[in-house]
Amino acid sequence: MNVLSIVVFLPVAAAVALLLFPRMSDSAVRWTWITVTAVDFLLVLGLWIASPPGDGFAYEVDLRWIPSVDSGYHIGVDGLSMPLVALTAGLFLACAVYSARETRRVRSFAALFLFLQTVCLGLFVSLDLILFFVFFDLSIVGMYFVIAGWGHRDAARAALQFFLYTFLGSLALLLGFIGLYLAAAPHTFDIVELTRQNPLAGKGVTGALILLALGVGLAIKTPTVPFHTWLPPAHTEAPAAGSAILAGVLLKMGTYGFVRIVMPVLPGVWRQYALVFVIVGVVSVIYGALVALAQRDFKRMIAYTSVNHMGYVVLAVGAAGLVASSESQARHLAITGAVTQMVSHGLITGALFLLAGAMWDRGGTYDMDSYGGLAAQAPRFAGLTGLAAFASLGLPGFSGFIAEFQIFTGSLGGAPVATALAFLGILITAALFLRVLQQVLLGSQRSPSGKFGDLTWPEAASIVPLIALSVLIGLFPRPLLDAIEPAARTVSAIFGG
Amino acid sequence: MTLWLLVSVPLLAGAGLLVAGRRADRLAPVAAIVAAVGCLALASFAAYTRPVASASLLEGIAFGLAVDGLSAVMVLTVAAVLVAVLVFAAGDIGRQARFFGLMLLFAGAMLVTVTATTMASLLMAWEIMGATSYALIAYWWRDEHRVESGNIAFLTTRAADLGLYLAAGAMLAGGAGGLALADLPQLTPGWRDVAAAGIVLAALGKSAQLPFSFWLSRAMDGPSPVSALLHSATMVAAGAYLLLRLEPLLAATAWAAVLVAWVGAATALLLGAVAVVQRDLKQLLAASTCAQVGFMVLAAGVGGVTAGSAHLVAHAATKSLLFLCAGAWLTALGTKELTALRGAAQRYRVIGLSFAVGALALAGVPPLSIWVTKDAVLADALRDSLPLYLAGLAATVMSGLYAGRALWLVWTGDSTRDARPVPRALVWPLPVLAAAAAVLGVPLLGRAVAWELAVSGVVAALAVGVAMRLTQRGDRLASSTGVLADWLGLERFARRVVVVPTLAVAGWLARFDDHVVAGSVRASAAVGSATARVAGLRIDVSLDRAVAGVAENSRRLGRLARRPQTGQLHHYYAQAVVVLALLATLLIITGRG
Repeated sequence: MNVLSIVVFLPVAAAVALLLFPRMSDSAVRWTWITVTAVDFLLVLGLWIASPPGDGFAYEVDLRWIPSVDSGYHIGVDGLSMPLVALTAGLFLACAVYSARETRRVRSFAALFLFLQTVCLGLFVSLDLILFFVFFDLSIVGMYFVIAGWGHRDAARAALQFFLYTFLGSLALLLGFIGLYLAAAPHTFDIVELTRQNPLAGKGVTGALILLALGVGLAIKTPTVPFHTWLPPAHTEAPAAGSAILAGVLLKMGTYGFVRIVMPVLPGVWRQYALVFVIVGVVSVIYGALVALAQRDFKRMIAYTSVNHMGYVVLAVGAAGLVASSESQARHLAITGAVTQMVSHGLITGALFLLAGAMWDRGGTYDMDSYGGLAAQAPRFAGLTGLAAFASLGLPGFSGFIAEFQIFTGSLGGAPVATALAFLGILITAALFLRVLQQVLLGSQRSPSGKFGDLTWPEAASIVPLIALSVLIGLFPRPLLDAIEPAARTVSAIFGG
Repeated sequence: MTLWLLVSVPLLAGAGLLVAGRRADRLAPVAAIVAAVGCLALASFAAYTRPVASASLLEGIAFGLAVDGLSAVMVLTVAAVLVAVLVFAAGDIGRQARFFGLMLLFAGAMLVTVTATTMASLLMAWEIMGATSYALIAYWWRDEHRVESGNIAFLTTRAADLGLYLAAGAMLAGGAGGLALADLPQLTPGWRDVAAAGIVLAALGKSAQLPFSFWLSRAMDGPSPVSALLHSATMVAAGAYLLLRLEPLLAATAWAAVLVAWVGAATALLLGAVAVVQRDLKQLLAASTCAQVGFMVLAAGVGGVTAGSAHLVAHAATKSLLFLCAGAWLTALGTKELTALRGAAQRYRVIGLSFAVGALALAGVPPLSIWVTKDAVLADALRDSLPLYLAGLAATVMSGLYAGRALWLVWTGDSTRDARPVPRALVWPLPVLAAAAAVLGVPLLGRAVAWELAVSGVVAALAVGVAMRLTQRGDRLASSTGVLADWLGLERFARRVVVVPTLAVAGWLARFDDHVVAGSVRASAAVGSATARVAGLRIDVSLDRAVAGVAENSRRLGRLARRPQTGQLHHYYAQAVVVLALLATLLIITGRG
């Protein structure tokens, strides 16, 4: 069996094993979960080191699956997917460690997360639209149960809304996929084959409609304004680990779809309507930041900053379509920056949501006005929250800057006004995070339960590596960029050099 | 290698102290001073060997560093002031790893800023310097007012920093793919103007020039050693340095040079007037920093790079000295109010004499350093335009006034009843800095024009005399109300024009998001289920068969429509698949046709 398939299906195999042995103690379940995710993460690192992403796909497998519609089990990794696969494995490991003190139905929780891990890894390695869609949909199902089963008070409602809304998005996506299938000659769902065919070149309205379906489907998942309203309630009700995965991994499926499928397969249509995505991106950036600024609920605020951060990605991929074909460096930078931003946002938001979980466990509320001066009682919590906040506001030295600087620098030439407006996003996020620090961590002491204990070992051990990785990428971006750049260049080449 | 060491010694030592936290408290002052001395040695070596270093950062864009003539002067200044300030802090702040860690990071970021050769390395260091300044200003974080001051400083400077992001993009679009600073003057004209605008914005913000000056007033809430470093060799100096470094760009875009020159002159004059009336010694010094940096900015605008950088160095020595004196008195007497500091100089002679040298130098009195350097700036301004020269001369009068007034107040009278002894570490950097403040102007004497030197020297000395005479019978220049005392009302203006509207829009958008955007999603869901309910209404059969027939049919329809509303997820799922299949069929049919 192919080693990439092992990476993908190892977690779900472990999940099945957990369910088959109902006598296992909770602590055995926890350790199994941590071990499996750790092994999977190490395997991913091994894959990365053994075959550094270059041109084309590594560990490629193409098996017959549904031959009647030419859909195969086609998987492989390149520079666009490898970093996201590693991010996924890393975040699930962090969540396994973080959940070491979870006591509610541990077995089902672990099994569900292991299932979700397979689904997320599978999506990023899929090179077939049907495969991609199956994983895309299963991720919604898995996350529905996480929120509904382990969420806070109003979880069932938020989970249902999350499910129906994103499911609607996936239907639009499927419609677009079927459109692509029909436009291709011979008909196929294979992404590599579709990229080679460029089936919609010169097909006017059909191309626009298919782009619309794909765009709406992915925009709901990303989410961009105005399709973002499922996100804040889902986050506020989800458990910490669920939020970390939802924001850190699931949102990336939307933006990943743009660089993996939409841009390579419909380059002409993309170029024609790129301005729409630029506008959607910049509106998401500013709208997300401003609405986040007005929030008093810590988790809701982070949810809106996700709208802001994913907006930069949409802006970059849109601007890449607008940049003149001679300006290849700018386009490379924009696309590389978009992928870097996905990784960076996963790390930083993952850390922030886990910190929010620590806050909930101690104070029982996300309301920031209930807290104050926590730095005195919980210096480790305060230090890490401060670092995560500065990382999220795009300070150099953290991964967010590397991503956003590339996005800004690469996009300005193609979309000057929109990009210049998007700069305001990093100023507003700076303002809102400084307000959080001032309100929650600094000043005079206040906590709803009186005492606010510092981070426990599992919490620290899950959050510190995420921030450390963000710093590492922020200071030494080359290893990551060496992986992304060849693939970004391949996408860029489709747009003319 | 020298260069990597030079920047990484303070950065790594600082980061190490911060990560170690309280465990490193005992070691922190010594470790930091050792790192700073090492840094000074490396800086001297680098100033001699002029190293160049570069590492690949992004596609086609390097993280470039180099020491050339201007950078050599800057790294020496930064490292020297850092040593003096840290020695002082060892006595003033004591054993606190967090403080010394942040100071080293702050200075390290400045070292990268002044050696950066590409926009990427410049911007990274520039913003890290801003963030560490936030952490240092809000160092005593239990006090909400100080935290608020840190916020204001960081947000104001970051707002201006957006200019550098703009410049970076403009450089790439304008043909400087490597983002090398040296390529800036050769950009294609439209983009060159954009880049110049961005850089000027960022520099004016960092240097607290008009209209951004207010953040520097709030920055006074930080500990004294922070002020001493932030006002002299780092942060505010960075903006002036950047304009001096990029003077060819300013010259290439004619408007930028004129704009910069006039903003500098206006700041020198107006913030000088603000300094004259301040009642708080640190506020007086802060406003005078804006004014003095204004001369450097003016120099960059009129092409006086040598004069401007000499003024920067002389001012760095002078201002760090003055802030350390103010900090020593604050520690000893618990006040920085000028009326409460009367006679402080007589009580603490070494501090008082050092302060006197610093204040006279700041005023531009001969033969001290700033007399020479400022005059060099004015000479360059005169070559450019007479109005600029006159504005600069008027600003000289202001510096004479504020320096003379402060000097008179601390040397006369006596309000120092409960004076405490001052630790020795606080005192001994002062004479060293005073000596530097006295003689640093010498290298420039050769290029000066005699009559100009004489004019500015006489003007400065006269202004000092006038200030002393006016202050003799009470502190008549001081004012606690009015637009000058309030730093021209700049902070209130920024609040009213930027902060309040932004918060209002944010609040409005949040309500819009809840009610309209999310509301319409909820509404469309509600319409869906309402339709189903209407279709499912049981209609009484009471009229005739036709009605009964219709009723029967609608009942069937209703049951059919209600059946999907089970609330069970797999049912929704199955329905969705059916709908999807229908849509797909439709697509196939239309696709064929």
